[in-house]
Order: sequence, then structure tokens, then C-alpha cells
Amino acid sequence: MDHKYLKNVTTLNLSVEKCIGCGRCVEVCPHRVFILNERKAQIKDKDMCMECGACMVNCPVNAITVRAGVGCAAAVIMGWLTGREPSCDCSMDGKNCCNEDVIL
Amino acid sequence: MSDERSCCCSSNDCCVEKSLTVYDKKDKWVVDEIHTSKGTVLVVSTNLDMKDFFEAWKVRWGIGRMDYKISPGLYAVGNPDQTSPVLVSVNYKLTFNALRKELAGLDCWILVLDTKGINVWCAAGKGTFGTNELVHRILKTELSEIVSHKKLVLPQLGAPGVSAHEVTKQTGFSIVYGPVRAKDIKAFLTSDFKATEDMRTVKFTLWDRLVLTPIDLVAAIKKSLIVFGILFIVNLFAAKPFGLADFIIYTGTVVTGTVITPVLLPYIPGRAFAWKGWLFGLLWTAGSVWLNGWFTSEFLLVAIGYLLVLPSLSAFLSMNFTGSSTYTSYSGVIKEMKTAIPLIALSSITGILLVLINSLLA
Ligand code: SF4
Ligand code: SF4
Repeated sequence: MDHKYLKNVTTLNLSVEKCIGCGRCVEVCPHRVFILNERKAQIKDKDMCMECGACMVNCPVNAITVRAGVGCAAAVIMGWLTGREPSCDCSMDGKNCCNEDVIL
Repeated sequence: MSDERSCCCSSNDCCVEKSLTVYDKKDKWVVDEIHTSKGTVLVVSTNLDMKDFFEAWKVRWGIGRMDYKISPGLYAVGNPDQTSPVLVSVNYKLTFNALRKELAGLDCWILVLDTKGINVWCAAGKGTFGTNELVHRILKTELSEIVSHKKLVLPQLGAPGVSAHEVTKQTGFSIVYGPVRAKDIKAFLTSDFKATEDMRTVKFTLWDRLVLTPIDLVAAIKKSLIVFGILFIVNLFAAKPFGLADFIIYTGTVVTGTVITPVLLPYIPGRAFAWKGWLFGLLWTAGSVWLNGWFTSEFLLVAIGYLLVLPSLSAFLSMNFTGSSTYTSYSGVIKEMKTAIPLIALSSITGILLVLINSLLA
């Protein structure tokens, strides 16, 4: 069953004019947001974007912008309390909060 | 195992040759050494033993989670040569174990970055699995002297931290992003670095969710001890002390918020995590209140109190599971929280007051 999160919230933006069609964004996106169509990147399903920023930092011509951040309520709360950027080491003991033990 | 330990310090047979990676001689997962022109590289086993499983289990339940890391540097699997592929990984041992377990029968190099014992995804988000560390590690291990090709395989989920073209510019190494899951790495390597759509997609299966719940459950139970402490003190003055039924309804709510809702996540209608947790918290609370026969005028205060506070607690606990999920965005979480937090706070405070009034003044 597919997971769906809130609609129309992502800050993802693609500038098709700048795109050189290298396909890197298609390669890195963990939610398959992009497809390559006639040597240009295209956003297929915007609401699947989790704002990880992978496409942005790997696009060689800066055609993509997104406000990258962690989608983690605990991190946001810690950010509010400490005044720092919310990040993955939200909990004080430096645990690995994300589900990644089956991942490379 | 500390980062900077020298391989010689604790034993007599001091290494003559420079080792590219410091390690503890007692580590069973190191099976051999390869001598390259740039020093010794450790060959690691592709089998996990009982100790590895036990350690992984401890990590899952939040025991000694801090220090589960290995030394950064270059490692080998099988008998790699100059043409063998180079996989990049992190020094979080659970991730490293998951990777080496999948490499049986292959010959390859593993370049382990220093991510301070943090997994790929979190480290990429923080930038410790990043362009600078990768460039630094490539230079430090003199990788270009060890392999003749110019290609690195990175975990796809490390992409948020690494700018592939930047690494190429600085080191000459080009980057291919491998599959998301370690179990696909063999298929990826043997199919000429081609990843299928499926290999590139992050999932969040029932099993994935289930194995993540203990951490949140244990954390919630630890915090609940404070609640139990307070209730114990309240009981000293209470006209109607809290009893077993209250304990069960509360504990059930914690389990609903940290285990039931996360596990059933995609099957619960709606999108916001807090909403899903609230809904199931309400079902549980209403059901329990009814079973306890509290829907009567005598118990009305406590019934309403619990219906206000417990679903909110479940909502809050479930909302925290956004951090464990693999698909929530920052903007989405902020939007959810802006609505949920005030409602949760208001509802909880009112509920707590009602329950306390009922107990103290009945
Ligand atoms: S990474 Fe950038 S240039 Fe390459 S296809 Fe995507 S948008 Fe276009
Ligand atoms: S930010 Fe991440 S999830 Fe969103 S489109 Fe880019 S790579 Fe995909």
C-alpha cells in the first residue's frame, strides 16, 4: 500500500530552461519524483517529494531548488526549543532515528 | 572502539606495515589482510555472527546505542584488485554489517566514511556523509593508487549530502548511485551498475515500521514513569485514587500511539500522522471507557477527561513517528504541527484538569 503525505506543501521547483537533461535527478530521487522526457527533466508527482534535497545538490546546473530539511516532528520541536536548525540528531543520545538499517 | 586507536597499542605484534584502517585485533569480522602499495587493507567477513545479531538487537531496543561504530578507511571483501568496484559506506556498524552481509562471493573495496557512527540517510542530511568527507577520504586512503578505474558506487540515500559533480571536479572520481537497499547491491554490481526503478525507490513496509516501533515505545515508557510518579503522589491525597483500570487505559494509549498506529499507518484514513494517532487513540479510549462502564453520570468527568487527554497523547506520539517514516517532508511536518500542536495542548490540559478534579474532589 502506498504512503501519501500532505498535498501541495513541497517547496520543490524545477527550471526546465536550465536543465541539460543529464538525468541525475531521476537517479537520486528516492521517491521517483522526476522523469526524463525528450532530454529534459520533468516533475511527475510533486506530492511525493520529501524535500531531502538530493536532486538539488546533484544537479550540475542548479536547475532545481527545494528547501531541504528533515520531516521529523521531534527534530522540529527540538529546533524550537534550542533555536537551532532541526536535524537528525534530535534526541540527545545521538541515536539513529531514521529507518535505514536495511539500507546501504 | 574509538576512532583514533592505533592497531599497535594493545598488542605486542606491532604492525610493521602501515595499515590504512585502524582496528581492534579482537574483531572477528576481520578475516584477513591485503597488502597494497599504499598499506594494509583489512578483509572483512560477509557472514554475521551471533555477536553481530546480539549487538543489532541491543541497538533496536535502545541499549548502548551510542558507540556502535568502526574506524573509517578502506576495507576489502573477497580478493579485490585494481579493477574491482569501490563501494562507499558509513562507519555506523549496523549499516556496515548490512552491507558486507550482501557481498558474499564478490571482490570489492569498501570506502568507509567517518559519519560519527550515524547511518547514511541521517549523515547525508547533516552533511557528515558529504562531499568534503568523501573527497578527504579518497585522498587520505590514496584510492587512486589502489584502483586503476575512476568510479565510486555510493548509496543512493547518501545523495542529499554529496554533490556528485563536485567530487568529480575535485578528485577525478565519477559517482554512480547504487540501490537504496543493501540487498540489491549484488544485482546492481552484476548488471553493470544498472538499478531498476524498484531498487531506486524508498519503501516503508509493514516490517520496516514494526522494527522501528520498539525505540519509540521504550522512550515513551521511560517518560511515562514520570506520569506514574505524579499519579502516585496524587493518589496520596485523592478521594478517588487511580487504579488498575486507569493504568491499563493509559498504557494502551501509549501502545496505540507508538506501535499500533505506526504499524497500521497506510491503512488508517487521512494523511497527517497526528490525525491518524488521534483517531485510533479515540477508538481505544472510547472503547475502554465504555467497557469500564464509565459512561454514567457518576464517572462522566473522568470519561470526558480521558476522551480529551488520551487521544491527544496518542496523536502526539504518532506525530513523532514522522521522524521514522521515509516519506514526510519538512514543509508537511511543519504544516501538520501548526494545526496539531495547539489542539493537542488545549485538549490535553482540559482533559488533565477534569481527571484531576474528579480524582481529588469527587
Ligand atoms: S539533474 Fe538538473 S540538469 Fe540533470 S536532468 Fe535533472 S534538472 Fe536536468
Ligand atoms: S528533494 Fe528529494 S524527494 Fe524531493 S524531488 Fe528532490 S530528490 Fe526527490
